[in-house]
Amino acid sequence: MKNIDSYTHLRGESLFVDDIITRQDTLYGLVFDSPKAHGKISSINYAIAEALEGVIKIFTYKDILGKNQIGGIIPDEPLWAEEEVHFWGQPIAFIVAETEAIAKKARALIEIEIEELPIITTAREAKEKGSFINAPRSFRLGNANEALKKCKHIFEGNTFSNGQEHLYLETQGAYAVPMENGNIKITSSTQGPTSVQKMVAQVLGVSMHKIEIDVIRLGGGFGGKEDQATPWAVMAAVAVQQLKKPVKYILNRHDDLRMTGKRHPYDSTYKIGLDEHLKIIAYEVEFLQNSGAAADLSPAIAERTLFHATNSYYIPNVSSIVHSCKTNLPPNTAFRGFGGPQGMFVIESAIARAADALKIDKKIIQEANLLVENDTFSYGQIATKVEMKNTWNTAKKQFNLEKIESETAKFNAANTNYKKGISLMPITFGISFTNTPMNHARALIHIYQDGSVGVSTGAVEMGQSVNTKMLQVASQTLGISPNKVKLETTNTTRVANTSPSAASATADLNGKAVLKACKALIERLKVIAANLLNANIEHIVFKEDVVFATKEDVAISWEEVIAAAMLKRVALTENAHYATPTIHFDKTKEKGHPFAYHVYGTAITQVTVDCMRGTYEIDAVKIVHDFGKSMNLGIDIGQVEGALAQGIGWMTIEEIAYGKDGRLLSNALSTYKVPDVFSAAKKVEIIPLETQGNEMAILKSKAVGEPPLMYGIGAYFAIQHAIKVFNPKHKLQFHAPYTPEKVLLSLYK
Amino acid sequence: MQHLSVFPTEFLPCTLLMIEFILNNKPIRLFEKSGMTLLDFIRENNRLKGTKIGCREGDCGACTVLVGTLEKEEVTYQSITSCISPLGNANGKHIVTIEGINLEKKLNVAQQVMADNFATQCGFCTPGFVVSMTGFALKMVENTNTNTCTEAISGNICRCTGYKSIEKATNDLEAKLATIQQSKQLAELIREGFIPDYFSSIPEKLKKINFRAWLNRTEGNFVANGTDLYVRQADALSEGNVNLVGEITILKGIAIEENRCKLGASTTVTEIAENESLQKIFPKLKAYLKLVSSEQIRNMGTLGGNFVNASPIGDMSIFFLALNSTLHILGETEREIPFQEFHQDYKKYDLQKEEILTAISFEIPDKDTKFNFEKVSKRTHLDIASVNSAAKITVKENTITVANISIGGVAAIPKFLVKTNAYLKGKTINIATVKEAEKVLQSEIAPISDVRGTNIYKRLLARQLFFAHFVTLYPEQIDLPSLTN
Repeated sequence: MKNIDSYTHLRGESLFVDDIITRQDTLYGLVFDSPKAHGKISSINYAIAEALEGVIKIFTYKDILGKNQIGGIIPDEPLWAEEEVHFWGQPIAFIVAETEAIAKKARALIEIEIEELPIITTAREAKEKGSFINAPRSFRLGNANEALKKCKHIFEGNTFSNGQEHLYLETQGAYAVPMENGNIKITSSTQGPTSVQKMVAQVLGVSMHKIEIDVIRLGGGFGGKEDQATPWAVMAAVAVQQLKKPVKYILNRHDDLRMTGKRHPYDSTYKIGLDEHLKIIAYEVEFLQNSGAAADLSPAIAERTLFHATNSYYIPNVSSIVHSCKTNLPPNTAFRGFGGPQGMFVIESAIARAADALKIDKKIIQEANLLVENDTFSYGQIATKVEMKNTWNTAKKQFNLEKIESETAKFNAANTNYKKGISLMPITFGISFTNTPMNHARALIHIYQDGSVGVSTGAVEMGQSVNTKMLQVASQTLGISPNKVKLETTNTTRVANTSPSAASATADLNGKAVLKACKALIERLKVIAANLLNANIEHIVFKEDVVFATKEDVAISWEEVIAAAMLKRVALTENAHYATPTIHFDKTKEKGHPFAYHVYGTAITQVTVDCMRGTYEIDAVKIVHDFGKSMNLGIDIGQVEGALAQGIGWMTIEEIAYGKDGRLLSNALSTYKVPDVFSAAKKVEIIPLETQGNEMAILKSKAVGEPPLMYGIGAYFAIQHAIKVFNPKHKLQFHAPYTPEKVLLSLYK
Repeated sequence: MQHLSVFPTEFLPCTLLMIEFILNNKPIRLFEKSGMTLLDFIRENNRLKGTKIGCREGDCGACTVLVGTLEKEEVTYQSITSCISPLGNANGKHIVTIEGINLEKKLNVAQQVMADNFATQCGFCTPGFVVSMTGFALKMVENTNTNTCTEAISGNICRCTGYKSIEKATNDLEAKLATIQQSKQLAELIREGFIPDYFSSIPEKLKKINFRAWLNRTEGNFVANGTDLYVRQADALSEGNVNLVGEITILKGIAIEENRCKLGASTTVTEIAENESLQKIFPKLKAYLKLVSSEQIRNMGTLGGNFVNASPIGDMSIFFLALNSTLHILGETEREIPFQEFHQDYKKYDLQKEEILTAISFEIPDKDTKFNFEKVSKRTHLDIASVNSAAKITVKENTITVANISIGGVAAIPKFLVKTNAYLKGKTINIATVKEAEKVLQSEIAPISDVRGTNIYKRLLARQLFFAHFVTLYPEQIDLPSLTN
């Protein structure tokens, strides 16, 4: 089944926040943000700006009736700065005017003086100065320190992976409208409607039930709208609370880039020990996460880095530690992979370093250490239903790796100006929120009296086609055609207390709730149908809009059953709650079983480097991926391809740059480049691994949102391989992204 | 092209501020400010919300619309980014948004191939892609479209799909177009469901607009098509009228007379790329210009705009510097200056306030002369160069008689390598000459570190691109390993 929004998407008829036709008395908001990265505000003069015709009011922290606090995990983030600013772009005030253009003019008229304080922009500097968000976290398995002493080969080094801008095509935004009795309805472009509702209530000093959050869809989220969609909605709500008029705030791209956090840069140090059979015996790693100026989701992201620090490898002795380092950058936040990719980049770098020193192919070490059934992860979970080697071996065989290698060698021997490189990238990614209490969801299903169905869940549609999957679950379970089912907007008055759409788990959690609700409805309807058909209830089947009694060979239409149920006063609405069973994690011991299951896969990446110009092309990425039993392969393959492109972008051309003064330099689309159609891999082949699927996944169809992003890491090592062929003297560096600049310098150094 | 001896009447003051055009199937006559962006007019004034705002700097393509221009009896269509296009330039045109290509009850062909291939995910960039692809189909009507449909979406960014599904859709679109290859008439595109049927009535409707009489050209800043000015100062320009020069006839056109070629300052990059005479002069012209921005921006960006933007890294500046071009400037009187003397210092150039750049001309290279253009940027397409360079080199009997090499991104202005060129003149073409010349090159450039690269990188890249000219043009004499070892 196609994405159910295809028709309206393609006709430009799908509605995003900015497309809602607004009430005529709508006002427009604009943030005034800090022009310095760190300092004490010595004076601000709003008078001239506020006097501008068309400016209604400029809101500051003084106008807040509740708490000036929006920190989710740790309450360390004010909505608007009070006495100090901690990053360039930190919101200080909110201008509300009759038009956006007036608000922009007013912003330029605000006078501010800041007494500058020393700033920190890198994680390493923060660590040296003892600037942290919270206490470090550490996972241990075996005894890495002791084991290292016995290793035949020991290698150590540093790695760096830079941040990444989400670049959702739709910028952040919200539209808040006053209702009666001080209630406010907000249409928000958020992955976490409940977080927005909670924070609005907290800042306004009102109860949550007074605030309704509605989400139609997002023009991309990728984690960037998990926590950081919240402040804009809250600001609009503060204005509505006082002005009693609708307020719309859509960030322009420059403001969005400057004020919002990104994927966390990581500065890491590792020590890896191998025995004579190339088995990795011990791994010590220290991650310095550049968290930015407030916690945001950084502690949770840091935790996931530890969960994925050993990627797809079994290592008996592991010691890993992560520090969330507080710096004067915008608070960094969730981004597809959520710290996992950063962890995987380090272990892959360590293996590459070892292979280079031992003068062997990297894949030999990778292959010797792949995870197998009943291996223990460093966090104590025992690996079961492991498909790692299955994907690895299938990729090697199905894509004929030997031939790829020999053709690459042949090309490299024949060409002086161009060199090709290859890499293999295995992935193992855990599915569930690692914070166990978040793994729940609800669905509310109405069967209307004409037989049509409305489905509400806590899932937010942001391009991942979760609504299509929800519709599939409902339509299959109820045995009715898809056109009888409608997916409603995500709304806190219909489905409350939701977890954000994140962690790849949205379809699993909400899908299981839909399934449960539909099954409950079917159970009730079976009684009605059995009665109508005069048949045994055991024999009743709902399929293709018809209700059969299999043995009795009689049938009746779905609509007739529903009409009869109405007359019998049977409830045609069902609300179901699902909480993932079996998972648990003890943070005091850092051990447990946090994941419902893991997703596995292997990618072979082939690149060509232009050794004259330092540019490169991704020739092909060939993937064997564990989808479980995919419930919608077209959509799932789209997720793999999209995540892969994002992962490759992170590893190649997407380069975040901050000045020493903490100002974002890659502050526009002209200076921050995401992949375009020509920089995508020329060829992407995806083979779905044939497996039995996993009961914990919705309809045995495994989560697919995040895991494939990490195939992109393969691009880094394929480029590195080609460089090494051209310049055998090159001393390997692990400093992502591999921009054309770094490539050229590596080719000639 | 006309001779520019008198101040053209088109510059004369005109008091009417009316703008008249067709938006989809709706005639528009209004007194709006001509500097307003076309995007705002579409979304805010007309509440057509299918055209999306992604970046407002022409870098994402979410706001792509088509512009139809009446040429004789037919209307030719081009894609542009409406976010950096002044409303005044819509005058006399057919502006087509996503709503204007929707069929009544079904998907059009571009939409259908996208749906078939799962090529829409979040849907935000999708209308822009569909408009670009439909524009590609419309361009086939002219029978001059030698590009691929993938090139037509070169200015559209998608963050969800990774493009593979979209590429499959563009391939399918090309295949569907191939089946009606016989006579790619507008009527046929309508019949096959590429576009709605009202398109057939557009040429007649456009003929009725005597747009030249209405066009306001006298107030505000000079703006050609806005691809640079609207990126930097859209807010200010949107507030009032602008002095639009992109459509002035005498500033357009490519003329070849004897051994010289003259291009009007308002000639767009697309017009250069598609010009058959220029393609003969520069066989790899299309490949070079594919490195310049995106299709949407090439359809708008003008030569004059690129020169007076005066970026040290302007692609067209670098290209024409190496051609030893002459600039034609019109003010109280007409004057000509060597292009090499035009740029004086960072963003400073030889043009008075009352003057306008009208044309550029260059001598057509002879049979002993070769030309090459190089550009490296972080992203190969739709990006600003870290370093770009062009070379026109004449070699007779193994001796370099003339070398005109220009390089961008390594000085305050687009740099003509005076010393390097002088060094090369009269030398035998061989490895030693190129290596020695590169030392001269390093002595006359002074790159600075910025977001496009460190100075160390730019020096190395300058060397490599300098080498690339010779490796590319004289592969028998020059090879990369000999130069770099």
